[in-house]
Amino acid sequence: MSALQLTRIGHAYFGRTVLDHIDFQVDSAEVVALVGPSGCGKSTLVHIAAGIVEPLRGRVERGYRRHGMIFQEPRLLPWATARHNISYPLRIAGVPRSERKERAMQAALTVAFDPDDLDKYPSELSGGMRQRIAIARALVIEPDFLFCDEPFTALDVALKRRMQDIVIETSRQARFAAVFVTHDLMEAARVAHRIVVLDSTGNGIAGERRLLNAPGHRSDEMIFKTVQSFLRDDPIFRHIDDVDERRLP
Amino acid sequence: MTEWLERLGRSGRFAWSAWSGLAALALLAALWQVGHEAYGDFILPSPLATIEAALAMLADPAAWEIALLTSRRALKGFLAASIAGAALGLAAGYFPAVLRVARPLVTVLLGVPPIAWIVLAMIWFGSTDGTVAVTILVAASPLVFVSVAEGVMSRDRKLDDMARAFGAKAFKRLTTLSLRHVAAHLFPALVVSLGSAFKVAVMAELLANVGGIGGELARTRANLDIAGALAWVLIAVAALIVVEYGLIHPVRAEFERWRVAAQPWGVKR
Ligand SMILES: Nc1ncnc2c1ncn2[C@@H]1O[C@H](COP(=O)(O)OP(=O)(O)O)[C@@H](O)[C@H]1O
Ligand SMILES: [Mg+2]
Repeated sequence: MSALQLTRIGHAYFGRTVLDHIDFQVDSAEVVALVGPSGCGKSTLVHIAAGIVEPLRGRVERGYRRHGMIFQEPRLLPWATARHNISYPLRIAGVPRSERKERAMQAALTVAFDPDDLDKYPSELSGGMRQRIAIARALVIEPDFLFCDEPFTALDVALKRRMQDIVIETSRQARFAAVFVTHDLMEAARVAHRIVVLDSTGNGIAGERRLLNAPGHRSDEMIFKTVQSFLRDDPIFRHIDDVDERRLP
Repeated sequence: MTEWLERLGRSGRFAWSAWSGLAALALLAALWQVGHEAYGDFILPSPLATIEAALAMLADPAAWEIALLTSRRALKGFLAASIAGAALGLAAGYFPAVLRVARPLVTVLLGVPPIAWIVLAMIWFGSTDGTVAVTILVAASPLVFVSVAEGVMSRDRKLDDMARAFGAKAFKRLTTLSLRHVAAHLFPALVVSLGSAFKVAVMAELLANVGGIGGELARTRANLDIAGALAWVLIAVAALIVVEYGLIHPVRAEFERWRVAAQPWGVKR
């Protein structure tokens, strides 16, 4: 059974349809990049898949045990320290306090977050460190599925690469499956096994492309060439950089 | 260990801020003294004489009884007002329909002066504790209600979605996110409503003639005992300060550690 199966999903906000006829599937231990222009409904689809939003139509089947999620903004609790932010999902799950502390420490080490900063509040930390906390928070529950909704868009290029490497590395070690939303094709080509393109009006899937080699085993040159040829020759990527200002959230 | 050290540091800063408060009080006392020298003992006894009168009064256990009676009434009314205001505020924050019904009612409640409530309560309950309690409840709960409702409405929905993504049910989201956020709006309102609880308690006691500090004020007025009246005012204010700084501020400081951390260097007060 696949890790995630979405069947004929459709959704509307206040009567305006933003998604329709979406069939989407993720195998276990597979990282799928979901790309599409801004406002085409990527976030909505991921929110539906993660159970935050109830879809108007269609069916969501989850073949995994538990998921973690990373959002575009860190979404940290401003009143809690880094440690308590990381262990927040454990608190929801009712894990005892002492164990929470231990596991938060482990997760912080995984994302190379300095343990000395664990008692600081988010307002005392830099943007990159906050996003590390958000990643650690997603990993602390030892998920076998990860939802990422444009998690690194706000970061600078060097930091972005480091964060992508963390996701690639941990997904390979922990063998979790993931949906990675992005509108950056370079990012998609680095982290994913497969790229799925959402139709620019949210009406179905425009198409998908499987990438050569496993993530982490691709040279920068190869990634660059692949993206170039996608953008130049491949019709499904034609609208990827369109920005429809009317539809921006 | 370090946690306790930090707490000690916070109390130290707190004690330091008490100095500036003391300076302000000294200024007030100076002005008071000027008034005393201009108008004489009969209109305005000197601050020192008032303090002496208050201390002399407090040497008598009966005076403590009276001050405690008023404090107890004020605290009881304050608790009732906080619980009622907070519960209704939560409901209104989550259900806009409740808010639409409650808003005009709150406006009406706030528009009626407390003195009118005292008169009404005296008619309904006679000269009893009930009069004091009801007046405080009506006078202090609307503010708590409004701040809690606004706190709930201004909560960060994105944090709610985050918690939902990690499987938090509605109750868990309420206790770990909404209430925590509401607390920030609640504390300033609590401080104000505690103050008004004391003021209204004294006023209601005076008018309803049910003893306590208000009753004593009525008695001193009848005897034209200005020093006694001022001494009682002093005691009422002291009781309020003890409760506010002994109860509300320490709790608030625990809740607001992160705000202190968020302040840039040099802004810490
Ligand atoms: N909570 C919401 N209420 C109303 N409209 C929304 C909401 N969230 C998103 N939308 C609209 O749905 C469309 C798709 O949004 P979104 O899923 O965020 O797109 P993407 O993530 O691909 O940029 C946009 O037109 C956006 O304005
Ligand atoms: Mg989005």
